[in-house]
Amino acid sequence: MEPSLARYIWTHTKKQQVGIVLIVLLSMIPYFMSFDLPKLIVNGPIQGRGFEQADATRPFLKLHYDLPFIGEVQFFHGFQLDRMQTLFALSFVFLLLVVINGLFKLYINTYKGRLGERMLRRIRFELVDRVLRFPPRYFKRVKSAEVATMVKDEVEPLGGFIGDAFLQPVLLGGQALTAMLFIMVQNFWLGMIAVVIVAIQIVLIPRMRRRLIVLGRERQLTARALSGRVGEIVDGIGTVHVHDTSNYERADIAARLGLIFKIRFDLYQWKFMVKFLNNFLAQLTPFLFYMIGGYLVILGRLDVGQLVAVISAYKDLPGPMKELIDWDQARQDVQVKYQQVVEQFTVEGVISPRIGALTVDDPGPMADPLSAINLSMADDGGAMLLDRISLQVKRGETVALVSTATGGAEALAEAFARLDWPNSGRVASGAEDLLELPEAVTGRRISYASSDVFLFHASLRDNLLYGLKHAPLTSVTYDGAAADQRRWNINEARRSGNTDLDVRSDWIDYASAGATGPHDLFEAIRRVLDAVVLSRDILDLGLRSSADLTRHSELAGRIVELRAALRTRLEHEGLSELVVPFEPGAYNKEATIGQNLLFGAAAGPELADRALAANPYFASVLKQAGLDRTFYEMGMEIAEQAIELFADLPPDHQFFQQLAFMSAEEIPAYETLLQRLKNRPYEGVSENDRAMIVSLSFAYIEPRHRFGLLSEELMGKIIAARNQFYENLPPDLQNAVERYDPAKYIAAATVMDNVLFGRVGNNHPDAPDRIRSIVYDILDELGLYSELLDVGLDFNVGAGGRRLTAGQRQKLDVARALLKRPDFLILNRPLSALDQRVQDKVLRNVLEEARRDGHSPAIVWVVTNPAMGMMFDRVVVFDLGRLVEDGTHETLLAGNGIFKELLS
Amino acid sequence: MLLKDEVGMLQRVPLFSGIEPAKLKLLAFTSDRVSYRAGEILFRQGDEGDAAYVILSGKADVLVDSDSGPIKVAEIVPNSIVGEIAILCNVYRTATVRAASPLEVLRIRKDHFLRLMREFPDMTIEMVRVLADRLSHTTADLIDARSAR
Repeated sequence: MEPSLARYIWTHTKKQQVGIVLIVLLSMIPYFMSFDLPKLIVNGPIQGRGFEQADATRPFLKLHYDLPFIGEVQFFHGFQLDRMQTLFALSFVFLLLVVINGLFKLYINTYKGRLGERMLRRIRFELVDRVLRFPPRYFKRVKSAEVATMVKDEVEPLGGFIGDAFLQPVLLGGQALTAMLFIMVQNFWLGMIAVVIVAIQIVLIPRMRRRLIVLGRERQLTARALSGRVGEIVDGIGTVHVHDTSNYERADIAARLGLIFKIRFDLYQWKFMVKFLNNFLAQLTPFLFYMIGGYLVILGRLDVGQLVAVISAYKDLPGPMKELIDWDQARQDVQVKYQQVVEQFTVEGVISPRIGALTVDDPGPMADPLSAINLSMADDGGAMLLDRISLQVKRGETVALVSTATGGAEALAEAFARLDWPNSGRVASGAEDLLELPEAVTGRRISYASSDVFLFHASLRDNLLYGLKHAPLTSVTYDGAAADQRRWNINEARRSGNTDLDVRSDWIDYASAGATGPHDLFEAIRRVLDAVVLSRDILDLGLRSSADLTRHSELAGRIVELRAALRTRLEHEGLSELVVPFEPGAYNKEATIGQNLLFGAAAGPELADRALAANPYFASVLKQAGLDRTFYEMGMEIAEQAIELFADLPPDHQFFQQLAFMSAEEIPAYETLLQRLKNRPYEGVSENDRAMIVSLSFAYIEPRHRFGLLSEELMGKIIAARNQFYENLPPDLQNAVERYDPAKYIAAATVMDNVLFGRVGNNHPDAPDRIRSIVYDILDELGLYSELLDVGLDFNVGAGGRRLTAGQRQKLDVARALLKRPDFLILNRPLSALDQRVQDKVLRNVLEEARRDGHSPAIVWVVTNPAMGMMFDRVVVFDLGRLVEDGTHETLLAGNGIFKELLS
Repeated sequence: MLLKDEVGMLQRVPLFSGIEPAKLKLLAFTSDRVSYRAGEILFRQGDEGDAAYVILSGKADVLVDSDSGPIKVAEIVPNSIVGEIAILCNVYRTATVRAASPLEVLRIRKDHFLRLMREFPDMTIEMVRVLADRLSHTTADLIDARSAR
């Protein structure tokens, strides 16, 4: 990258920089005219100069100039206006100039801002583009948070500076020079004093600022290191807690913050010191003028008029000088930041742009064998991982790489996947060096999965399809405002040197997954998920999440059928009492009182959980039904019982899991509340306290809590209140709740709740498991299995996939590698988190799935257990970085080598 | 049956008879009320013990596997506890328990039971007393059985 910021800015914005200077110069004309105008107004119409006669008129807007050689030229005679008319005319001209100046300022600021933002966008894009092209080894040494902070924060000040980069020195330098010239014209020697002081400023101040630059650089480095450390703490939070090192981390962060504080404080001290000196020097000049000039005047060697003229001319010098020095400071500041970033991003062996160039068309299969030729690999410390290995893998072959602890088979897998580069020797596809092939070939025709999985913070589906998103395959057509927006996006992207590829295009390469489009892609997904034994997990996720009805309309449309099928099935198996269904006219004893009252799923915060009791409309319904007092008394009873039962227990006691009414932390609050309210009449209790107490009764389930608080009469009243609640539901609550309706799908509830449409009884210990397997059966029978799988695929896997287990992550990674249907499938201990039995099962499935439909990829699998070698055509054994055995499972077993030793 | 009735039932179980009612109420509250139909299995011989059961109503048979199929060795009636050995000593279930009629039980989870014992020494002492009592009965039975031979 360009090391000099000034040159970088000039290369990319020279036209705009010249343009802005020209515009600023143009804006000077009305600016200076507006200076002159007040004088004209005061002297002319207000004081009456030129209007001495009562009906005198003066020409207005008379355009005439004295041109050299030609003499006076008159363009326009002007209008003849009297005194009052002239006042108004001139005042309006003043107003006009105010508007014009304002508009110029607006335009210039907008222009500068846009210029800066475009450059910022360009530099950020360039930085990320470089990150995408760094050689693999670089990433072993950098912290991701540091790179992120460089791209995001450290280049940020550049945006503000770029608009002023060339404009300010031109403008301010011009102003300062003019002022200086003016002083010189008044009196040469006094002018020389000003020149000397300015020279001192120019020499001294930047020298003093050198320290500021050093400090600025330190500040940047320490701040970057801090964000790196914070990132590490977040990523390694488990390790911190496991080893009780949180205080060590606190100490480390405090030490860093102390250092940053010290640097920043030094910086401030110096900055203000420099400022002080600068101001002092600026004020020194008038002091010298007064003293030396005055002395000369008294001696009679200088006339007073000249001195006054010099002093008043000097007024215009310090302003521009100060701003110029400030500009210089800003320049140095951003230059340091820029250099720092550029240094970090200047790396040896950056991947050429050609390798990652966009290729829309299918590059065709990799028919040639993949071979390692005299390949040596070393780790970052220089230790040999592989020592001059030669090996060839042909398409259609299945190869197990068996490795002793220091064998180096993983390094070979990484070299095949281009994840690490050879120290010597090479990996070739046919005759061509693998590293010279574009990623459009290797990234589509070679798949790789390892035990070290990375998942993006997105849905399971997005992560699974990630391996297919090589190029935008459709051109999206936009109409109306969207089309304008798209055009604007393209233009702006090009102006900032960004790519204008449309991220909203369909990037999924259906053909490589063996599908023809979105409609039959799901089949391919289902097959790979089945192969890695992940479908059941995803179905579980699907049951527990709420379905997006725009995508899964079939599930919603057939919900009645589903519910009926579940009832029939339960009845058939004599398990009807496991689930108590929701019925509009009945009380569901297995549900809470709150659920029975609301009889629907809260779709917003207004009626959810604790907010329900506090909702004014809901409270009014209870009051009408005569239930407010009942629930209050019930709540008091529950509070008393709960506190009696739990008050002695420590807050972390596991019994609190059984207490549905309140959390352990809330017990003391309820204790004092109970004390306060105990003997107070109901009417004297505040709304807030009532809601606190009433909400306890809403969590009550009679068969579970068994306090004996629910009578037949009360249940009847609750049903009546429920109906009343829905009859007069105010418009602002219409969308806050979805009423349970046996014939309707409830979008706010999970799929499981929708299918059950009831509550699982409390008095059957294994009911949930039995019900779940029945639900799966029914979904399969009704052909809704894939729909549910699709709901599960919407599940967001969290940062780095942490919401999945390690085993699920690894399975997903293998599924992703399979989905591409590659020519070479490289698997590097891909299932290490699973037990051997499951590994074997997945291995068998993967071998079968990869070769489905006559496809014959090469499969290279670094196995965790030598016994797995049995399932491959060929077994290659590594020990101490060398290839020691190579043959079929039988031949190696028959020999007396390392493989046999490893097996026993 | 309400919580307070359950407490009354628990008090009648010898193991819990010496424990103050407030603690029994907590035990009852944190336990699950479970119902079984006749013929349903509470737990099987050889399973890992995860809970003890107090019979509230109904009857259950205790069955032990033998070469000639399961043999009924005892019958459990209301107010008695079953399955407590397995959660105290971490051994597998020594017998199968099957509901002989519609059965209402209180299922006390292992971790809750142990936690209570740890926290309320009175209860533990009571328990030890009952167990020792049972042991001495068993020993006496054994002596009787041997001398009868």
